[in-house]
Amino acid sequence: MPLAPPITDIEQLKSHPVLARLLDTNASVVEGTKFDRDELTIWVDKGSIREVCAILRDDPACPFNYLADLTCVDWYPSEPRLEVVYHLLSISNKERVRLKVRLSGSSPSIESVTSVWPSANFYEREVFDLFGVRFTGHPNLKRIMMPDDWEGHPLRKDYPVEGYR
Amino acid sequence: MTPLPASLAEPGQDNTLVLNMGPQHPSTHGVLRLVLEIDGETIIRLRPEIGYLHTGIEKTCEAKFYQQVVPLTDRIDYLCPLTNNLTYCLAVEKLLGLEIPPKAQWMRVLMNELTRINSHLVWLGTHAMDLGAMTVFLYCFREREDVLRLFEMVSGQRMMTSYFRIGGLALEPPLGFFEKVKKLADRLPGNIDEYEGLLTGNPIFLMRTKGVAKLSPDDAIALGACGPTLRASGVDIDLRRDAPYTGYENFKFKVPLSDGCDVFARYVCRVQELRESVGIVQQALAGMPEGPIKADAPKVVLPDREKMKTQMEALIYHFKIITEGFSVPAGEVYQAVESPRGEMGYYIVSDGTAKPYRVHMRGPSYANLQTLAQMCEGHLIADVVAAVGSIDIVLGDVDR
Repeated sequence: MPLAPPITDIEQLKSHPVLARLLDTNASVVEGTKFDRDELTIWVDKGSIREVCAILRDDPACPFNYLADLTCVDWYPSEPRLEVVYHLLSISNKERVRLKVRLSGSSPSIESVTSVWPSANFYEREVFDLFGVRFTGHPNLKRIMMPDDWEGHPLRKDYPVEGYR
Repeated sequence: MTPLPASLAEPGQDNTLVLNMGPQHPSTHGVLRLVLEIDGETIIRLRPEIGYLHTGIEKTCEAKFYQQVVPLTDRIDYLCPLTNNLTYCLAVEKLLGLEIPPKAQWMRVLMNELTRINSHLVWLGTHAMDLGAMTVFLYCFREREDVLRLFEMVSGQRMMTSYFRIGGLALEPPLGFFEKVKKLADRLPGNIDEYEGLLTGNPIFLMRTKGVAKLSPDDAIALGACGPTLRASGVDIDLRRDAPYTGYENFKFKVPLSDGCDVFARYVCRVQELRESVGIVQQALAGMPEGPIKADAPKVVLPDREKMKTQMEALIYHFKIITEGFSVPAGEVYQAVESPRGEMGYYIVSDGTAKPYRVHMRGPSYANLQTLAQMCEGHLIADVVAAVGSIDIVLGDVDR
């Protein structure tokens, strides 16, 4: 089964209901999109992530009421360096969508989505702990995996695999 | 003695006490530490403190070749190693666009369901023992031993199997394997009746579980519960049925649901799931196709030993895969499967090289742990034991 090349043209993907919904509500929040290996990815403007999540959660036709996963990817040394990744699931429609937000490496911060899905709590703490992304409005933003007095963020690419000794 | 960090010793009110439950408490199923703020026997606040088992597997994966990650995945959720193998292999196969032969797919379903039986038996035994029913534990571990023997037979390992590989299976199932599985599958329904006979009508068990640790459907979704915990709150989702993978669309099974929302409902769901899994195992045995167990992709799948000794190309491919791995086209996938504990997802980002750029594991235990505070706050300490047992967490999966 040969791989189909990814589609990145926003015009071709406009008919996808999730993207259409976002473009209808507020087209300026969509920064880019990609359809690859049957998975839809939407890059969202950094300042609007909470608003976009709330729109998708409350969409009457396809409510993305479940946050399946929240993580981060470090693209060091390119800038913007960090990419926060949200995997949403619609339990009623069995649909998935991936949202991404690009963040620069110097004091990265983004609005928390805990007010949209309370389940984001642990995931955001994990990203804060391992990547150093600050989530504003998070109820309890402290380290979750590493000890409280740990220095550095281990999953960043400039952190050595064997740690600092 | 160093004083407690301020965050743990936070006094809530004058009449409350902060109590640590774990990380060595036997009922926390590993190294889970719960910080309880209690007023007498009543819990005012519950905060899980995790990370005691954090081994940085996600970071380690970035330094390994794709095929070297498989044994690492065993060690995440050590009660269902094969489900971890499966999720990782499916994700990489999706990145590669690799087609898996039917026999490998059916074997994957068969082994995956045996893993579910194994995991649920451990859960049932330990959960019942937490609530005071010692006998069930012994019975469950008796049957679990048989499942582990099957794993050993097929892969040489009881727990850290690494039996699924990218592109298929590690080994052909040995002679006499299917007969042994058949024997076990025929025996299990009777055994499950036995466990149910000890628990389902047992007044002590009912008192400890009914109406305890309630979780409403809305809360369950909002807090990110998954698997049997979510289904016991009446939310109908099972990825084996809703987003079939590795040939699950060929099998008939029911998805047990309950709207009890309590510990007992989770018990009922899991016991019914055990029965359904036995049914799937029987179907897999009856319809097991013949054919190869590895995909026809010499650059990705290791050649047979026999070919290596007789064919030049096979030896070259073997050498290449072992020494420099195989490159995977750039891209990203999120592959979710229904593990015994719920949605297990692997998010893999490839940059086109032979090592994964980023591997993230979405552990079902990590998700379910967030519901614990909602279940326990306002209730008694003794109910925490029942609640922790009912969400069936594995700390290896929580901390990774």
